[in-house]
Amino acid sequence: MLSIEKVDSYYGDFQALRDVNLEVNEGKIVALLGPNAAGKTTLLSTISGMVPYRKGNITFQGQHINAMNPEDIVSLGIALVPEGRRLFGTLTVLENLEMGAYSKHARKDLQKNLEKMFDLFPILKERSSQQAGSLSGGEQQMCAIARGLMTEPRLLMIDEMSLGLSPVLVQEMFKMVTEIAKSGVTIFLVEQQVNHALRVADEAYIMEKGTVVLHGPSSEIANDDYVKTVYLGK
Amino acid sequence: MELIVQVCVSGLLLGGIYALISIGLNLIFGVVRIINFAHGEMVMVAMYLTFWLNYFFGMDPYVSTLIVLPVMFLFGVIIQRIIVQPIQNSSANMKIFATVALSLILQNVALIVCKGNFRTVQVSYGMGTMEWGGIFISIPRLVAFFAALLSISLLYYFLKNTYTGKALRAIVEDHTIARLMGVKVQKLYLLAFGIGCAFSALGGVLLMPFSSVYPTVGIPFTLIAFIVVVLGGLGSMGGTFLAGLFIGVVEAVGGTYVSPALKEAIYFGIFIIAILIRPQGIFGKGKGSEEVGLK
Ligand SMILES: Nc1ncnc2c1ncn2[C@@H]1O[C@H](COP(=O)(O)OP(=O)(O)O)[C@@H](O)[C@H]1O
Ligand SMILES: [Mg+2]
Repeated sequence: MLSIEKVDSYYGDFQALRDVNLEVNEGKIVALLGPNAAGKTTLLSTISGMVPYRKGNITFQGQHINAMNPEDIVSLGIALVPEGRRLFGTLTVLENLEMGAYSKHARKDLQKNLEKMFDLFPILKERSSQQAGSLSGGEQQMCAIARGLMTEPRLLMIDEMSLGLSPVLVQEMFKMVTEIAKSGVTIFLVEQQVNHALRVADEAYIMEKGTVVLHGPSSEIANDDYVKTVYLGK
Repeated sequence: MELIVQVCVSGLLLGGIYALISIGLNLIFGVVRIINFAHGEMVMVAMYLTFWLNYFFGMDPYVSTLIVLPVMFLFGVIIQRIIVQPIQNSSANMKIFATVALSLILQNVALIVCKGNFRTVQVSYGMGTMEWGGIFISIPRLVAFFAALLSISLLYYFLKNTYTGKALRAIVEDHTIARLMGVKVQKLYLLAFGIGCAFSALGGVLLMPFSSVYPTVGIPFTLIAFIVVVLGGLGSMGGTFLAGLFIGVVEAVGGTYVSPALKEAIYFGIFIIAILIRPQGIFGKGKGSEEVGLK
């Protein structure tokens, strides 16, 4: 579905990604793990069209998305739930969800999708006329995911979903993610919660210093000696 | 006693125009992330257009809004497209340079085309007043105030209740994420610049029945709008509105009781005091202040 071949990305002169190869298959949950500053967020930003890449290829459902704008990439069906939520804080919850449905194809299903989101996250219905900035951390994360889903994605990329959430909430959010995946949306998950991520994901990639160092089915990755010592602390 | 009320009322009415012009500046700042130092020149150009429409066709200033506002909206769109868009990602200094240059060019063109003379339009209601409880209220100033109030309310409604308006607010919050949602930000930058200029232009048209136009008439408006936006809060329409009224009253009171020559010094004084009281800078909360060189 999404294939990344030999991608290099830069911030000015600083090379943040080198020779990244990665594949996300339709219908799967794929996890991208790795330490801080490994380049995970940069990879998601590159896919979304926010960080230009100088080398390599990114294709989505067979179509090259090199040199496309973020606003066009989202209408192809790639949504990003950004690190730190980044809701529109002074807009209401409802307005945030409406912004998710901004592109033409999503706008015509606005009402239907709003109902779906309120079914999936009932708390958002309660809070719908509240400013998004006034929500609790967990509610904000739900709102950010719902906003992403409002774009009607085929592929949903979620960056550091569990950051700053309580263990109970993290558990709940991961359950949500599997549910969203079951509804037919492919999931690409960036996580620091390696344990949880490996449990829900079908496949996992480990990224270090701007490149992929390990990749395989989650069960294999979870049993890898290197991963066990470095990431799982066993 | 009556004099102070009288002075405050006329200051308040003028403050409505300041609020109108400042909200235009604030919209451009919030959405496009540029301080339009040529904002006062939009007032000036609109005043000249109003003058000419009256001079050549005998058109009433209020009727001329039907022509002046669309023209100035378009002018704003063109400025954004041709001058601002190409330097959108340049340094803050570059952006300041560009709009200051635009302001000087417009002043000089006005000087060449229109000469330095003061121009006024003669309308029957220009000196008209009405009395209300011993207070005399200038009719064109009253009209200006309510027209400003109406336009600001319409903009508020637009930003709150339409899809495009909400997208503009989303851009003010976070333009990168707005793009991620599919918002075509470049188009909305054009729209915001157009609306901002049209607001400034409306201020100019409304001033015309009771004041005169000359090439440098816009300079104080840029400064006033800048102060009002800073006092009222970047991105805050309500705050900008109140700050506009406040500066209008301060100017009137200062001009009457201190010295007309000092009225500008007075609101600059307030500006400096306000910044001193909040040493972190009034811009502390303003999103994007770095991008325009305010931090
Ligand atoms: N906007 C930016 N400008 C310059 N360098 C950046 C920027 N964002 C991230 N970086 C650098 O790129 C590298 C990868 O960062 P990031 O993708 O955020 O890592 P991760 O998400 O894995 O923690 C880091 O060294 C970081 O300092
Ligand atoms: Mg990150």
